[in-house]
Amino acid sequence: MLRFTVRRLLQAIPTLFVLSVLVFAWLRLLPGGPATALLGDKATPEKVAAMNAVLGLDDPIVIQYFRFLGRVLTGDFGASLITGDPVMTEVARAFPATLELSVAAMFLAVLFGIPMGYLAARFRGRFLDNATVVTTLVGVAVPVFFLGFLLKYVFTQEIALLPPSGRQDVLIDATRVTGIATLDGLLTGEFDATWDAILHLILPSIALASIPFAVIVRITRASVLDVQGEDFVRTADSKGLTTPVVRRRHVLRNALLPVSTTIGLQTGLLMSGAVLTEKVFAWGGLGTLLEQAIQQRDYPRLQGLILLFATVFVLVNLLVDISYAIIDPRVRVR
Amino acid sequence: MSILSTRKADKIDALAEGGTSLAMDALRRTFRNPVAIIGLVIVALFVILAIIAPFIAPKDPYVPYPELQNQLTPSNIPGPMPGFVLGSDQNGYDFFSRLLVGAQQTLFVGVFATLIGVAIGMVIGGLAGAFGGWVDTVLMRLTDIMLSIPSLLLAISIAALLPGSQWTVIIAVAMIGVPVFARLLRGAMMAQRSSDHVLAATALGVKRRTIVFRHMLPNSIGPVIVQATLTLATAIIDAAALSFLGLGDSDWRRAEWGLMLGKAQELLSVKPSLAFYPAIAIIIVALGFTLLGESMRESLDPKNRR
Amino acid sequence: MALLDVRDLSVVFKRKGTRPFTAVDGVSFSVEPGQTVGLVGESGSGKSVTSLAIMGLLPKRGAEVTGSVTFSDTELLTLSDKQLRDRRGRDLGMVFQDPLSSLNPVITIGLQITEVLERHRGMSRKEARSEAVELLGRVGLPDPQRRIGEYPHQLSGGMRQRVLIAIALACQPKLLIADEPTTALDVTIQAQILSLLSELVSETDTALIMITHDLGVVAGLCDEVNVMYGGRIVERAERHGLFARSRHPYTHGLLESIPRLDAPRGEPLRPIKGSVSDNIEWSQGCAFAPRCPNATDVCWSDPPELVEDRGGMLRCHNPVAAAEDAVTEGAL
Repeated sequence: MLRFTVRRLLQAIPTLFVLSVLVFAWLRLLPGGPATALLGDKATPEKVAAMNAVLGLDDPIVIQYFRFLGRVLTGDFGASLITGDPVMTEVARAFPATLELSVAAMFLAVLFGIPMGYLAARFRGRFLDNATVVTTLVGVAVPVFFLGFLLKYVFTQEIALLPPSGRQDVLIDATRVTGIATLDGLLTGEFDATWDAILHLILPSIALASIPFAVIVRITRASVLDVQGEDFVRTADSKGLTTPVVRRRHVLRNALLPVSTTIGLQTGLLMSGAVLTEKVFAWGGLGTLLEQAIQQRDYPRLQGLILLFATVFVLVNLLVDISYAIIDPRVRVR
Repeated sequence: MSILSTRKADKIDALAEGGTSLAMDALRRTFRNPVAIIGLVIVALFVILAIIAPFIAPKDPYVPYPELQNQLTPSNIPGPMPGFVLGSDQNGYDFFSRLLVGAQQTLFVGVFATLIGVAIGMVIGGLAGAFGGWVDTVLMRLTDIMLSIPSLLLAISIAALLPGSQWTVIIAVAMIGVPVFARLLRGAMMAQRSSDHVLAATALGVKRRTIVFRHMLPNSIGPVIVQATLTLATAIIDAAALSFLGLGDSDWRRAEWGLMLGKAQELLSVKPSLAFYPAIAIIIVALGFTLLGESMRESLDPKNRR
Repeated sequence: MALLDVRDLSVVFKRKGTRPFTAVDGVSFSVEPGQTVGLVGESGSGKSVTSLAIMGLLPKRGAEVTGSVTFSDTELLTLSDKQLRDRRGRDLGMVFQDPLSSLNPVITIGLQITEVLERHRGMSRKEARSEAVELLGRVGLPDPQRRIGEYPHQLSGGMRQRVLIAIALACQPKLLIADEPTTALDVTIQAQILSLLSELVSETDTALIMITHDLGVVAGLCDEVNVMYGGRIVERAERHGLFARSRHPYTHGLLESIPRLDAPRGEPLRPIKGSVSDNIEWSQGCAFAPRCPNATDVCWSDPPELVEDRGGMLRCHNPVAAAEDAVTEGAL
């Protein structure tokens, strides 16, 4: 088991390495070169030349890369063109917001997705199954940001039930501990803050959860159907085991394997979805940061954020691989 | 691998292996499926609309109308009026006509993004599949990494490098498809390589180039068509997302659904239909392509072959 | 009094869009306590489906089961799912063909045995585990203490089959059904598994239904043999009688087709002409007619009945004559 983990970790390193090279190259692909990009509007030929010297852009490309790598590994992504704050600081501040939203969305998707997928498989061919399949097809086709709009429109304008944007009501003076609003309220005893945070969280997390939900339902359903027809389920039945035991230990334990991989992989989509959802709901997390960076062509921020997202994704994949090996003993041999 | 593989790469490989035979037979089987028919109908209607839209639009979609402009205020955009089926958009243009013509632009964006993705992807995948060996390994490692980056982020990275225009969106979205098609074609060709007729041709001394073009490629087309259909759906949605984020064309005169949707989001409280109609149009079209593509893929799946 | 009495069992598979398919057509046989009965036939003859029907393991939707299956005076076909599950594993055990796919890949061997013991014999996990070790030892698995914690993919094919046998016999059922238990194994392992089965059932006086297409398996193991073709039983005989004096052309053909070491060199093999799909419906005539060397007009128009014949049962208009038996007698 340990050997497997180490092996996977080592395999992830080249990927991260290539990613860093790609991001490094990306910035240099910009028309006018990175100096122009970094200076933005203030670029003049002299300033560009000066910047080039400062950035060491006249040095051989390999040296530049290692300098870049060195800075990245110490967390130095430069400073935002707009605010002048170090990118790392901005990211650290925005991160908990996105974390909260993503966790909430994933939680919803799994909580409702797995049972629904299971039920669809159980009642295969009947109404529930067909309705489920159609729902998931539509769920994938609906753009996340539109769903966000729709929810926002219906629940905040037509029926003024939920707050339209942001994470907390300004009137509630909430203390910030971890940056995760719901948690902070609990930690400081300000329960009204937690409740308010939850209200704000509902709509965006539903919007964000829609695609992972649809995918989880489909994979669960397909997987359960597959496993139900397997020989070992027949053996379990022939042993006279009770239906709940067969379902739990034989069907589900095998059927949920691919589902757990999916959950991990959905993180990738979740990140993209977060960007869009955060814009609709003015969430103030990494997505908002990214979107602003795009609008303003704030390249240091963009570089940092893209590298961050990609790295997170690679690490999550790694975690998924390892947890898969814990659940399925057959994988460890590879 | 597990009972059901969920990795993008594995799914693509499965499609590649499944499609290398009897594409015609599969096509016939597809159209017995009611879901496929619905998809096909939607797609057909969309294409027809895209073609005839300029002719059936009641008003000129690229020209503002004073009757509408006069009524524009920051808090009010006129709704349906005589002569203007859906009223005005935020600039005094006829909303309905723009909606109709939008089909054309949207189709354009979707088709081109997909085609470019297919073209580049097929070149990469073809090279990998034809030569094998280290060429294959290197190319596939690269595509794997591209596949592992969330698609929207990939598109954003590329779009951010380029000036804001419609072609930026098209290219960025095309890039999402490149690794998919590369892997797909390579997988199909790999499956073909060990097939009997290729082995026979090689044994007979047929030149490699002929084998690739006359034997391997035609049989690999099936999965490519299926994937292209599915990619069209996501291409339209991804293009809309990019416009929404402000990465695309800033020229609001162009009537393209994604663009219209992006521009309309700030006016949600004033006239929500400006966003709803393009969005629903996108959803229906994406759904149509998805239904069609998914049922085609199911027919090609070897497990379903009877 | 028979332990298992199958009377007129029929299984019809119905699926949307296809014609109903009769896999088992009015099959009747019985098994005495401690007796080993063979069910022989090619794939498609209906022998596996028969066993699944007896155990109640056919899907509820899509399979129509009629007839009667009496086990220790209880009618199995009318029992509820819960009642069936009470009996399966405890009174009736089954061993399946493919040992790898028949075991749950993600739980240990040990758990797959202990769960049966806990379920039917009310043992605690601890008791069950030591019993499991003993069982594995009895089926000849080396180092059972270690195997308990291992997973199916870590064992060889032969070992897995032993595990399946251990599982089936864990609660000492009165009847064991073995569906082609050795087909997926190497020939040398086959012999071991068969002798293991033979030992175990005679030790515990368990009745055994052995399902196979391999007459060699039958010869070593079964007291009585039923030969199936096209979903019906076409011959029944006790072991020696079948091999010495087989009466049905199909059985005869099967025996004839076995290649023999002592046959003269250059002598061609004698397969049964045609294949399983070359048959006619039983409703029209004898299903075997297209492939039968003895077929006459009556075979094509009039389905033969299963009648008593020299101590066994036979379904044939033109059975093999006594003279030809000399060939097969020599084979034994």
